[in-house]
Amino acid sequence: MAKGGRVAVVLLAFLVAAGLVIWGVAELITPGVPGGVISYTNTQAAGQPVNLTIQTVGSIGFGSHPTWVSYLTLDPANGQWRHATTWKLPADTVIHVIEYQYDSGSPLRNQEWGQVQGTIGNDATLNGKEFSVYNSNSAGGVGHTFAIPALGVSVPLIAVTGTPCAAGPCHFNSPHNIETFSFKTPGPGSYYWQCFVPCGLGYLFGNGGPMSTQGFMGGELEVVQQ
Amino acid sequence: MAREKVSDQEKNHLRRFFAAWAIVSVVLDVLFWTLVGPHVPPGRMTSSARADQFDFNVLFVIALPVIVGVWGFLGYSIRHWRSTREGVLEPVGGPAAANNKRAELSWIVITSAVVLALAVFGTIALIAGQGAGGGEGPNSIWTPPGAVKAETAALAGKGAWSPNSNEVLPIQVIAQQWKFTYRYPTFGGFETTQLILPDNTNIAFNVTSLDVIHSFWAYQLEVKADANPLENNVAYTKTEQLGRFVVRCSELCGIWHGAMFNYGTVVSQSDFLAWAQATEAKVAANTAYLPPFAWTYVPDANGAAGGYYPDGNVTPYSPVETYGSKQPSS
Repeated sequence: MAKGGRVAVVLLAFLVAAGLVIWGVAELITPGVPGGVISYTNTQAAGQPVNLTIQTVGSIGFGSHPTWVSYLTLDPANGQWRHATTWKLPADTVIHVIEYQYDSGSPLRNQEWGQVQGTIGNDATLNGKEFSVYNSNSAGGVGHTFAIPALGVSVPLIAVTGTPCAAGPCHFNSPHNIETFSFKTPGPGSYYWQCFVPCGLGYLFGNGGPMSTQGFMGGELEVVQQ
Repeated sequence: MAREKVSDQEKNHLRRFFAAWAIVSVVLDVLFWTLVGPHVPPGRMTSSARADQFDFNVLFVIALPVIVGVWGFLGYSIRHWRSTREGVLEPVGGPAAANNKRAELSWIVITSAVVLALAVFGTIALIAGQGAGGGEGPNSIWTPPGAVKAETAALAGKGAWSPNSNEVLPIQVIAQQWKFTYRYPTFGGFETTQLILPDNTNIAFNVTSLDVIHSFWAYQLEVKADANPLENNVAYTKTEQLGRFVVRCSELCGIWHGAMFNYGTVVSQSDFLAWAQATEAKVAANTAYLPPFAWTYVPDANGAAGGYYPDGNVTPYSPVETYGSKQPSS
Protein backbone atom coordinates (compact mmCIF):
# COMPACT_ATOMS: atom_id res chain seq x y z
CA MET A 1 0.00 0.00 0.00
CA ALA A 2 1.24 3.44 -0.81
CA LYS A 3 2.34 5.72 1.98
CA GLY A 4 -0.65 8.00 1.42
CA GLY A 5 -3.02 5.05 1.71
CA ARG A 6 -1.45 3.86 4.93
CA VAL A 7 -1.73 7.33 6.42
CA ALA A 8 -5.39 7.49 5.40
CA VAL A 9 -6.11 4.10 7.02
CA VAL A 10 -4.38 5.08 10.25
CA LEU A 11 -6.21 8.42 10.30
CA LEU A 12 -9.53 6.73 9.68
CA ALA A 13 -8.88 4.18 12.43
CA PHE A 14 -7.95 6.99 14.80
CA LEU A 15 -11.11 8.91 14.01
CA VAL A 16 -13.26 5.80 14.51
CA ALA A 17 -11.58 5.07 17.86
CA ALA A 18 -11.97 8.67 18.98
CA GLY A 19 -15.60 8.65 17.92
CA LEU A 20 -16.26 5.48 19.92
CA VAL A 21 -14.64 6.98 23.01
CA ILE A 22 -16.67 10.19 22.69
CA TRP A 23 -19.87 8.21 22.17
CA GLY A 24 -19.13 6.01 25.18
CA VAL A 25 -18.42 8.97 27.43
CA ALA A 26 -21.53 10.76 26.18
CA GLU A 27 -23.62 7.68 26.97
CA LEU A 28 -22.17 7.54 30.45
CA ILE A 29 -22.82 11.15 31.32
CA THR A 30 -26.20 11.42 29.61
CA PRO A 31 -27.92 8.18 30.46
CA GLY A 32 -31.35 9.61 29.76
CA VAL A 33 -34.28 9.77 32.09
CA PRO A 34 -35.31 6.48 33.74
CA GLY A 35 -38.88 5.76 32.84
CA GLY A 36 -39.08 8.81 30.64
CA VAL A 37 -40.62 12.20 31.33
CA ILE A 38 -44.29 12.67 32.14
CA SER A 39 -45.47 15.99 30.81
CA TYR A 40 -48.13 18.13 32.47
CA THR A 41 -47.68 21.14 30.27
CA ASN A 42 -50.62 20.39 28.02
CA THR A 43 -53.02 18.86 30.49
CA GLN A 44 -54.72 22.12 31.43
CA ALA A 45 -55.05 25.71 30.30
CA ALA A 46 -52.15 28.03 31.04
CA GLY A 47 -52.19 29.28 34.62
CA GLN A 48 -54.61 26.61 35.79
CA PRO A 49 -53.57 24.21 38.56
CA VAL A 50 -52.03 20.88 37.66
CA ASN A 51 -53.09 17.63 39.28
CA LEU A 52 -50.18 15.31 40.03
CA THR A 53 -51.06 11.83 41.28
CA ILE A 54 -48.38 9.57 42.70
CA GLN A 55 -48.09 6.48 44.87
CA THR A 56 -45.39 4.95 47.04
CA VAL A 57 -45.01 1.19 47.17
CA GLY A 58 -42.83 -1.06 49.31
CA SER A 59 -41.89 -3.25 46.35
CA ILE A 60 -42.28 -2.09 42.82
CA GLY A 61 -42.84 -5.67 41.67
CA PHE A 62 -41.41 -5.42 38.17
CA GLY A 63 -38.37 -4.29 36.25
CA SER A 64 -34.73 -4.84 37.08
CA HIS A 65 -35.24 -4.36 40.83
CA PRO A 66 -38.68 -5.77 41.65
CA THR A 67 -38.07 -5.71 45.42
CA TRP A 68 -37.06 -2.08 45.59
CA VAL A 69 -39.25 0.57 47.11
CA SER A 70 -40.41 3.14 44.61
CA TYR A 71 -42.62 6.02 43.61
CA LEU A 72 -45.04 5.55 40.71
CA THR A 73 -46.78 8.31 38.78
CA LEU A 74 -50.23 8.29 37.22
CA ASP A 75 -49.75 9.29 33.60
CA PRO A 76 -52.41 11.91 32.74
CA ALA A 77 -52.19 10.91 29.10
CA ASN A 78 -53.58 7.41 29.57
CA GLY A 79 -54.46 6.99 33.24
CA GLN A 80 -51.83 4.27 33.72
CA TRP A 81 -49.33 4.04 36.56
CA ARG A 82 -45.81 4.54 35.26
CA HIS A 83 -42.43 3.93 36.80
CA ALA A 84 -41.32 7.50 36.06
CA THR A 85 -40.24 10.20 38.48
CA THR A 86 -39.34 13.04 36.14
CA TRP A 87 -42.16 15.46 35.54
CA LYS A 88 -42.36 18.37 33.13
CA LEU A 89 -44.39 21.04 34.87
CA PRO A 90 -45.45 24.57 33.88
CA ALA A 91 -43.74 27.43 35.72
CA ASP A 92 -45.50 29.60 38.31
CA THR A 93 -48.35 27.12 38.58
CA VAL A 94 -50.08 25.55 41.55
CA ILE A 95 -49.53 21.80 41.65
CA HIS A 96 -52.12 19.77 43.53
CA VAL A 97 -50.54 16.52 44.63
CA ILE A 98 -52.54 13.43 45.51
CA GLU A 99 -50.34 10.80 47.09
CA TYR A 100 -51.39 7.21 47.70
CA GLN A 101 -49.14 5.76 50.38
CA TYR A 102 -49.09 1.96 50.37
CA ASP A 103 -45.92 1.31 52.34
CA SER A 104 -45.17 0.59 55.98
CA GLY A 105 -42.79 2.78 57.96
CA SER A 106 -40.82 3.44 61.10
CA PRO A 107 -39.81 6.35 63.33
CA LEU A 108 -37.91 8.93 61.36
CA ARG A 109 -34.16 9.08 61.66
CA ASN A 110 -34.68 12.81 61.91
CA GLN A 111 -38.06 13.96 63.16
CA GLU A 112 -37.44 17.29 61.37
CA TRP A 113 -39.00 15.59 58.35
CA GLY A 114 -42.16 14.92 60.34
CA GLN A 115 -43.25 18.49 59.60
CA VAL A 116 -45.14 19.65 56.55
CA GLN A 117 -43.09 22.49 55.12
CA GLY A 118 -43.13 24.61 52.01
CA THR A 119 -46.59 23.65 50.84
CA ILE A 120 -49.35 26.16 50.31
CA GLY A 121 -50.59 26.81 53.85
CA ASN A 122 -47.70 24.77 55.26
CA ASP A 123 -50.04 21.85 55.72
CA ALA A 124 -51.35 18.74 54.05
CA THR A 125 -54.30 16.42 54.51
CA LEU A 126 -54.10 12.85 55.69
CA ASN A 127 -57.19 10.90 54.71
CA GLY A 128 -59.10 14.15 54.53
CA LYS A 129 -57.82 15.61 57.80
CA GLU A 130 -55.42 18.53 57.85
CA PHE A 131 -52.09 18.16 59.61
CA SER A 132 -48.82 20.07 59.78
CA VAL A 133 -46.67 17.84 61.96
CA TYR A 134 -46.69 14.11 62.60
CA ASN A 135 -45.06 12.25 65.48
CA SER A 136 -43.09 9.57 63.71
CA ASN A 137 -42.75 7.59 66.94
CA SER A 138 -46.48 6.96 66.94
CA ALA A 139 -48.45 4.21 65.20
CA GLY A 140 -46.55 2.80 62.21
CA GLY A 141 -44.34 5.86 61.87
CA VAL A 142 -43.52 7.49 58.58
CA GLY A 143 -42.96 5.52 55.40
CA HIS A 144 -41.45 8.13 53.16
CA THR A 145 -41.28 11.84 52.55
CA PHE A 146 -41.82 13.89 49.44
CA ALA A 147 -39.33 16.74 49.45
CA ILE A 148 -38.17 19.35 46.96
CA PRO A 149 -35.22 20.88 48.82
CA ALA A 150 -34.77 23.88 46.54
CA LEU A 151 -38.40 24.89 47.11
CA GLY A 152 -38.38 24.07 50.81
CA VAL A 153 -41.15 21.52 50.27
CA SER A 154 -41.21 18.53 52.62
CA VAL A 155 -44.19 16.33 53.39
CA PRO A 156 -44.12 13.19 55.55
CA LEU A 157 -45.97 10.25 54.03
CA ILE A 158 -47.55 8.40 56.89
CA ALA A 159 -47.07 4.66 57.07
CA VAL A 160 -49.91 2.21 56.67
CA THR A 161 -50.62 -0.38 59.30
CA GLY A 162 -51.52 -3.94 58.48
CA THR A 163 -50.10 -6.01 55.67
CA PRO A 164 -48.89 -3.65 52.98
CA CYS A 165 -49.37 -4.17 49.28
CA ALA A 166 -46.94 -6.82 48.01
CA ALA A 167 -46.08 -5.27 44.67
CA GLY A 168 -46.86 -2.15 42.72
CA PRO A 169 -48.82 -0.64 41.24
CA CYS A 170 -51.06 -0.98 44.28
CA HIS A 171 -54.78 -0.50 44.46
CA PHE A 172 -57.38 0.53 46.99
CA ASN A 173 -57.93 -3.02 48.21
CA SER A 174 -54.56 -2.76 50.01
CA PRO A 175 -54.04 -0.66 53.15
CA HIS A 176 -53.29 2.87 52.11
CA ASN A 177 -53.28 6.49 53.19
CA ILE A 178 -54.30 9.33 50.94
CA GLU A 179 -52.42 12.58 51.37
CA THR A 180 -52.98 15.80 49.49
CA PHE A 181 -51.00 19.00 49.42
CA SER A 182 -50.20 21.78 47.01
CA PHE A 183 -47.14 23.76 46.10
CA LYS A 184 -46.32 26.34 43.49
CA THR A 185 -43.67 25.83 40.87
CA PRO A 186 -41.04 28.54 40.57
CA GLY A 187 -39.58 29.90 37.34
CA PRO A 188 -38.17 27.62 34.67
CA GLY A 189 -35.40 25.33 35.76
CA SER A 190 -34.57 21.86 36.95
CA TYR A 191 -35.36 20.98 40.56
CA TYR A 192 -34.70 17.59 42.07
CA TRP A 193 -36.99 15.95 44.56
CA GLN A 194 -36.35 13.04 46.86
CA CYS A 195 -37.52 10.94 49.79
CA PHE A 196 -35.68 11.78 53.01
CA VAL A 197 -36.50 8.51 54.75
CA PRO A 198 -33.51 6.19 54.28
CA CYS A 199 -35.71 3.45 52.92
CA GLY A 200 -33.20 1.47 50.89
CA LEU A 201 -33.66 -1.67 52.93
CA GLY A 202 -30.50 -3.74 53.13
CA TYR A 203 -28.19 -0.94 52.04
CA LEU A 204 -25.79 0.85 54.33
CA PHE A 205 -27.65 3.49 56.31
CA GLY A 206 -30.61 2.84 54.03
CA ASN A 207 -29.46 5.33 51.45
CA GLY A 208 -28.19 3.00 48.76
CA GLY A 209 -30.14 1.08 46.12
CA PRO A 210 -33.46 2.77 45.40
CA MET A 211 -32.40 5.88 47.34
CA SER A 212 -29.40 6.33 45.10
CA THR A 213 -30.88 5.30 41.78
CA GLN A 214 -32.81 7.76 39.68
CA GLY A 215 -36.39 6.75 39.06
CA PHE A 216 -37.18 5.13 42.41
CA MET A 217 -37.17 7.43 45.44
CA GLY A 218 -36.26 10.64 43.75
CA GLY A 219 -36.59 12.46 40.51
CA GLU A 220 -36.62 15.80 38.77
CA LEU A 221 -39.04 18.60 38.17
CA GLU A 222 -38.43 20.04 34.73
CA VAL A 223 -40.18 23.36 35.10
CA VAL A 224 -40.80 25.13 31.80
CA GLN A 225 -42.55 28.30 30.72
CA GLN A 226 -45.92 27.38 29.30
CA MET B 1 42.40 39.83 33.37
CA ALA B 2 39.57 38.14 31.56
CA ARG B 3 38.35 36.57 34.81
CA GLU B 4 38.23 39.98 36.55
CA LYS B 5 36.29 41.41 33.65
CA VAL B 6 33.72 38.65 33.93
CA SER B 7 33.34 39.21 37.67
CA ASP B 8 32.80 42.92 37.19
CA GLN B 9 30.15 42.21 34.61
CA GLU B 10 28.44 39.73 36.91
CA LYS B 11 28.39 42.23 39.75
CA ASN B 12 26.86 44.85 37.53
CA HIS B 13 24.20 42.43 36.39
CA LEU B 14 23.45 41.44 39.94
CA ARG B 15 23.19 45.02 41.19
CA ARG B 16 21.07 46.08 38.25
CA PHE B 17 18.76 43.10 38.51
CA PHE B 18 18.43 43.34 42.30
CA ALA B 19 17.56 47.03 42.12
CA ALA B 20 14.92 46.43 39.47
CA TRP B 21 13.55 43.41 41.34
CA ALA B 22 13.28 45.31 44.62
CA ILE B 23 11.49 48.29 43.08
CA VAL B 24 9.04 46.17 41.08
CA SER B 25 8.36 43.88 44.06
CA VAL B 26 7.63 46.73 46.43
CA VAL B 27 5.37 48.48 43.94
CA LEU B 28 3.43 45.30 43.13
CA ASP B 29 3.13 44.35 46.79
CA VAL B 30 1.77 47.76 47.73
CA LEU B 31 -0.64 47.74 44.80
CA PHE B 32 -1.83 44.24 45.65
CA TRP B 33 -2.25 44.98 49.36
CA THR B 34 -4.22 48.17 48.82
CA LEU B 35 -6.24 47.42 45.69
CA VAL B 36 -6.74 43.65 45.61
CA GLY B 37 -6.25 42.58 49.21
CA PRO B 38 -9.56 43.84 50.61
CA HIS B 39 -11.45 41.87 47.95
CA VAL B 40 -9.68 38.56 48.34
CA PRO B 41 -12.05 35.70 49.28
CA PRO B 42 -13.54 34.74 51.65
CA GLY B 43 -14.18 38.35 52.62
CA ARG B 44 -14.62 39.68 56.13
CA MET B 45 -17.96 38.34 57.30
CA THR B 46 -16.45 36.66 60.35
CA SER B 47 -13.31 36.80 62.43
CA SER B 48 -12.00 33.66 60.78
CA ALA B 49 -12.80 34.99 57.29
CA ARG B 50 -11.05 38.27 58.02
CA ALA B 51 -8.06 36.48 59.52
CA ASP B 52 -7.82 34.08 56.60
CA GLN B 53 -8.07 36.93 54.13
CA PHE B 54 -5.17 38.56 55.96
CA ASP B 55 -3.24 35.29 55.82
CA PHE B 56 -3.87 34.88 52.11
CA ASN B 57 -2.73 38.44 51.49
CA VAL B 58 0.44 37.95 53.53
CA LEU B 59 1.22 34.77 51.61
CA PHE B 60 0.68 36.53 48.32
CA VAL B 61 2.81 39.51 49.34
CA ILE B 62 5.62 37.08 50.16
CA ALA B 63 5.07 35.10 46.99
CA LEU B 64 4.99 38.12 44.67
CA PRO B 65 8.71 38.96 45.01
CA VAL B 66 9.53 35.30 44.38
CA ILE B 67 7.39 35.32 41.26
CA VAL B 68 8.94 38.60 40.14
CA GLY B 69 12.42 37.25 40.84
CA VAL B 70 11.96 34.02 38.91
CA TRP B 71 10.16 35.47 35.91
CA GLY B 72 12.22 38.66 35.99
CA PHE B 73 15.48 36.76 35.98
CA LEU B 74 14.22 34.61 33.14
CA GLY B 75 13.40 37.71 31.12
CA TYR B 76 16.67 39.38 32.07
CA SER B 77 18.61 36.30 30.97
CA ILE B 78 16.79 36.14 27.66
CA ARG B 79 17.48 39.82 27.15
CA HIS B 80 21.19 39.78 28.01
CA TRP B 81 22.50 36.28 27.45
CA ARG B 82 20.58 34.99 24.51
CA SER B 83 22.75 33.02 22.08
CA THR B 84 22.24 35.44 19.21
CA ARG B 85 24.11 38.17 21.07
CA GLU B 86 27.74 37.85 20.18
CA GLY B 87 30.61 38.59 22.49
CA VAL B 88 28.61 38.24 25.69
CA LEU B 89 30.13 35.98 28.29
CA GLU B 90 28.11 33.32 30.01
CA PRO B 91 27.51 34.59 33.59
CA VAL B 92 27.50 31.32 35.47
CA GLY B 93 28.69 28.76 33.01
CA GLY B 94 31.61 26.41 33.48
CA PRO B 95 33.86 26.62 36.53
CA ALA B 96 32.24 29.83 37.74
CA ALA B 97 29.05 27.93 38.48
CA ALA B 98 30.67 25.24 40.59
CA ASN B 99 31.17 25.44 44.36
CA ASN B 100 29.87 28.96 44.64
CA LYS B 101 29.55 28.91 48.39
CA ARG B 102 28.02 32.34 48.62
CA ALA B 103 25.24 31.44 46.14
CA GLU B 104 24.55 28.11 47.83
CA LEU B 105 24.47 29.62 51.30
CA SER B 106 22.26 32.48 50.20
CA TRP B 107 19.80 30.06 48.62
CA ILE B 108 19.62 27.84 51.71
CA VAL B 109 19.35 30.72 54.16
CA ILE B 110 16.74 32.70 52.23
CA THR B 111 14.45 29.76 51.42
CA SER B 112 14.76 28.34 54.93
CA ALA B 113 13.98 31.71 56.47
CA VAL B 114 10.91 32.16 54.28
CA VAL B 115 9.56 28.67 54.97
CA LEU B 116 10.24 28.78 58.71
CA ALA B 117 8.76 32.25 59.03
CA LEU B 118 5.62 31.07 57.24
CA ALA B 119 5.39 28.03 59.51
CA VAL B 120 5.55 30.26 62.59
CA PHE B 121 3.09 32.70 61.03
CA GLY B 122 0.64 29.89 60.19
CA THR B 123 0.85 28.43 63.68
CA ILE B 124 0.20 31.80 65.30
CA ALA B 125 -2.74 32.38 62.93
CA LEU B 126 -4.20 28.99 63.87
CA ILE B 127 -3.90 29.58 67.61
CA ALA B 128 -4.96 33.23 67.64
CA GLY B 129 -8.00 32.40 65.52
CA GLN B 130 -9.23 29.59 67.80
CA GLY B 131 -8.70 27.03 65.08
CA ALA B 132 -9.16 29.52 62.23
CA GLY B 133 -12.69 28.31 61.60
CA GLY B 134 -11.67 24.68 61.17
CA GLY B 135 -13.21 21.74 62.98
CA GLU B 136 -11.21 21.00 66.11
CA GLY B 137 -12.88 17.74 67.04
CA PRO B 138 -14.89 17.16 70.24
CA ASN B 139 -12.13 18.36 72.55
CA SER B 140 -11.11 21.70 71.15
CA ILE B 141 -7.66 22.96 72.05
CA TRP B 142 -8.42 26.59 71.27
CA THR B 143 -11.76 27.97 72.36
CA PRO B 144 -13.12 31.50 72.67
CA PRO B 145 -13.67 32.68 76.25
CA GLY B 146 -16.86 31.25 77.69
CA ALA B 147 -17.34 28.63 74.99
CA VAL B 148 -17.15 25.54 77.19
CA LYS B 149 -19.42 27.12 79.78
CA ALA B 150 -21.99 28.04 77.13
CA GLU B 151 -21.88 24.59 75.53
CA THR B 152 -22.18 22.80 78.84
CA ALA B 153 -25.16 24.97 79.80
CA ALA B 154 -26.76 24.39 76.39
CA LEU B 155 -26.50 20.64 76.74
CA ALA B 156 -28.17 20.84 80.12
CA GLY B 157 -30.95 22.93 78.63
CA LYS B 158 -29.82 25.95 80.63
CA GLY B 159 -28.19 27.97 77.89
CA ALA B 160 -28.91 31.66 77.66
CA TRP B 161 -28.23 34.21 74.99
CA SER B 162 -29.47 37.72 74.55
CA PRO B 163 -28.31 40.74 72.55
CA ASN B 164 -25.17 42.37 73.95
CA SER B 165 -24.70 39.50 76.41
CA ASN B 166 -21.37 38.55 74.81
CA GLU B 167 -22.32 34.89 75.33
CA VAL B 168 -21.09 32.22 72.93
CA LEU B 169 -23.99 30.82 70.90
CA PRO B 170 -23.80 27.04 70.30
CA ILE B 171 -25.48 25.80 67.14
CA GLN B 172 -25.66 22.17 66.11
CA VAL B 173 -25.18 21.30 62.48
CA ILE B 174 -26.75 17.93 61.61
CA ALA B 175 -25.77 16.51 58.25
CA GLN B 176 -27.72 13.76 56.57
CA GLN B 177 -28.06 12.54 53.03
CA TRP B 178 -28.63 15.09 51.54
CA LYS B 179 -29.47 18.09 53.64
CA PHE B 180 -28.15 20.12 56.56
CA THR B 181 -30.43 20.89 59.47
CA TYR B 182 -29.65 23.04 62.49
CA ARG B 183 -30.56 22.80 66.16
CA TYR B 184 -30.46 25.75 68.53
CA PRO B 185 -29.99 24.32 72.05
CA THR B 186 -30.17 27.76 73.63
CA PHE B 187 -33.72 28.12 72.38
CA GLY B 188 -35.28 24.89 73.51
CA GLY B 189 -33.37 22.74 71.03
CA PHE B 190 -35.62 23.44 68.07
CA GLU B 191 -34.50 22.15 64.68
CA THR B 192 -34.81 23.95 61.39
CA THR B 193 -33.48 23.94 57.87
CA GLN B 194 -32.59 27.64 58.19
CA LEU B 195 -29.23 28.84 59.44
CA ILE B 196 -29.61 32.31 60.93
CA LEU B 197 -26.80 33.87 62.96
CA PRO B 198 -26.61 37.00 65.10
CA ASP B 199 -24.03 39.62 64.22
CA ASN B 200 -21.04 40.33 66.45
CA THR B 201 -21.38 37.01 68.27
CA ASN B 202 -19.05 34.11 68.94
CA ILE B 203 -20.61 31.01 67.37
CA ALA B 204 -19.74 27.43 68.28
CA PHE B 205 -20.71 25.15 65.41
CA ASN B 206 -21.16 21.60 66.68
CA VAL B 207 -21.08 19.46 63.56
CA THR B 208 -22.25 15.85 63.39
CA SER B 209 -23.85 13.43 60.93
CA LEU B 210 -26.73 10.98 61.00
CA ASP B 211 -25.31 8.73 58.32
CA VAL B 212 -22.16 8.95 56.21
CA ILE B 213 -19.33 11.48 56.35
CA HIS B 214 -20.27 14.95 55.17
CA SER B 215 -18.49 18.25 55.55
CA PHE B 216 -20.01 21.53 56.65
CA TRP B 217 -18.45 24.34 54.64
CA ALA B 218 -19.79 27.84 55.20
CA TYR B 219 -17.59 29.53 52.65
CA GLN B 220 -18.07 33.23 53.43
CA LEU B 221 -17.84 32.47 57.16
CA GLU B 222 -14.58 30.59 56.56
CA VAL B 223 -15.85 27.71 58.63
CA LYS B 224 -15.24 24.16 57.55
CA ALA B 225 -15.72 21.06 59.66
CA ASP B 226 -16.21 17.43 58.71
CA ALA B 227 -19.50 15.90 59.81
CA ASN B 228 -18.87 12.40 61.11
CA PRO B 229 -21.49 10.10 62.60
CA LEU B 230 -21.07 9.76 66.37
CA GLU B 231 -18.59 12.63 66.50
CA ASN B 232 -19.05 16.22 67.62
CA ASN B 233 -16.68 18.32 65.55
CA VAL B 234 -16.59 21.86 66.90
CA ALA B 235 -15.57 24.95 64.95
CA TYR B 236 -15.59 28.52 66.21
CA THR B 237 -15.94 31.87 64.59
CA LYS B 238 -17.24 35.32 65.38
CA THR B 239 -19.67 37.06 63.07
CA GLU B 240 -18.61 40.58 62.10
CA GLN B 241 -20.76 41.56 59.11
CA LEU B 242 -24.40 41.25 58.14
CA GLY B 243 -25.10 39.35 54.96
CA ARG B 244 -25.89 36.11 53.20
CA PHE B 245 -23.58 33.16 52.94
CA VAL B 246 -23.67 29.74 51.34
CA VAL B 247 -23.28 26.38 53.04
CA ARG B 248 -22.12 23.44 51.00
CA CYS B 249 -21.26 19.84 51.71
CA SER B 250 -17.64 19.42 50.73
CA GLU B 251 -17.39 15.67 51.17
CA LEU B 252 -18.64 13.48 48.34
CA CYS B 253 -21.60 11.83 50.04
CA GLY B 254 -23.79 10.21 47.43
CA ILE B 255 -26.07 10.87 44.50
CA TRP B 256 -27.42 14.25 45.65
CA HIS B 257 -24.17 15.54 47.13
CA GLY B 258 -24.12 18.32 44.55
CA ALA B 259 -27.52 19.54 45.73
CA MET B 260 -26.61 19.49 49.41
CA PHE B 261 -26.36 23.21 50.01
CA ASN B 262 -28.35 26.02 51.52
CA TYR B 263 -28.00 29.69 52.26
CA GLY B 264 -27.62 31.25 55.68
CA THR B 265 -27.88 34.80 56.89
CA VAL B 266 -26.14 36.94 59.48
CA VAL B 267 -28.67 39.37 60.93
CA SER B 268 -28.61 41.91 63.73
CA GLN B 269 -28.73 40.54 67.26
CA SER B 270 -32.24 41.88 67.86
CA ASP B 271 -33.49 40.40 64.58
CA PHE B 272 -31.91 37.08 65.45
CA LEU B 273 -33.57 36.99 68.85
CA ALA B 274 -36.93 37.78 67.28
CA TRP B 275 -36.44 35.05 64.66
CA ALA B 276 -35.24 32.46 67.18
CA GLN B 277 -38.12 33.07 69.56
CA ALA B 278 -40.67 33.05 66.76
CA THR B 279 -39.26 29.85 65.27
CA GLU B 280 -39.08 28.18 68.67
CA ALA B 281 -42.78 28.86 69.13
CA LYS B 282 -43.70 27.96 65.55
CA VAL B 283 -42.06 24.52 65.58
CA ALA B 284 -42.74 23.72 69.23
CA ALA B 285 -45.05 20.87 68.26
CA ASN B 286 -42.28 19.19 66.32
CA THR B 287 -39.59 19.98 68.91
CA ALA B 288 -41.59 17.93 71.39
CA TYR B 289 -41.06 14.87 69.16
CA LEU B 290 -37.32 15.44 68.65
CA PRO B 291 -34.83 13.44 70.69
CA PRO B 292 -33.40 15.37 73.64
CA PHE B 293 -30.59 17.61 72.55
CA ALA B 294 -27.27 15.79 72.44
CA TRP B 295 -23.95 16.42 70.77
CA THR B 296 -24.21 13.25 68.73
CA TYR B 297 -26.98 10.85 67.79
CA VAL B 298 -26.71 7.16 67.13
CA PRO B 299 -28.06 6.60 63.66
CA ASP B 300 -29.72 3.30 62.98
CA ALA B 301 -28.30 1.39 60.06
CA ASN B 302 -31.51 1.49 58.15
CA GLY B 303 -34.45 3.77 58.63
CA ALA B 304 -37.07 1.39 57.43
CA ALA B 305 -37.86 -1.06 60.20
CA GLY B 306 -34.46 -2.64 60.57
CA GLY B 307 -31.58 -3.47 58.34
CA TYR B 308 -27.96 -4.33 58.19
CA TYR B 309 -25.18 -2.72 60.08
CA PRO B 310 -21.80 -2.72 58.36
CA ASP B 311 -20.89 -5.84 60.34
CA GLY B 312 -23.81 -7.70 58.79
CA ASN B 313 -25.90 -8.00 61.94
CA VAL B 314 -29.59 -7.51 61.53
CA THR B 315 -30.62 -4.87 64.00
CA PRO B 316 -34.14 -3.78 64.73
CA TYR B 317 -34.72 -0.07 64.69
CA SER B 318 -35.13 1.41 68.10
CA PRO B 319 -35.86 5.07 68.64
CA VAL B 320 -34.01 4.87 71.94
CA GLU B 321 -30.82 4.30 70.00
CA THR B 322 -31.19 7.59 68.21
CA TYR B 323 -30.49 9.35 71.48
CA GLY B 324 -26.96 10.03 72.52
CA SER B 325 -25.14 12.28 74.84
CA LYS B 326 -21.60 13.36 74.66
CA GLN B 327 -20.55 16.42 76.49
CA PRO B 328 -17.63 18.44 75.14
CA SER B 329 -14.56 18.20 77.26
CA SER B 330 -13.80 21.15 79.46
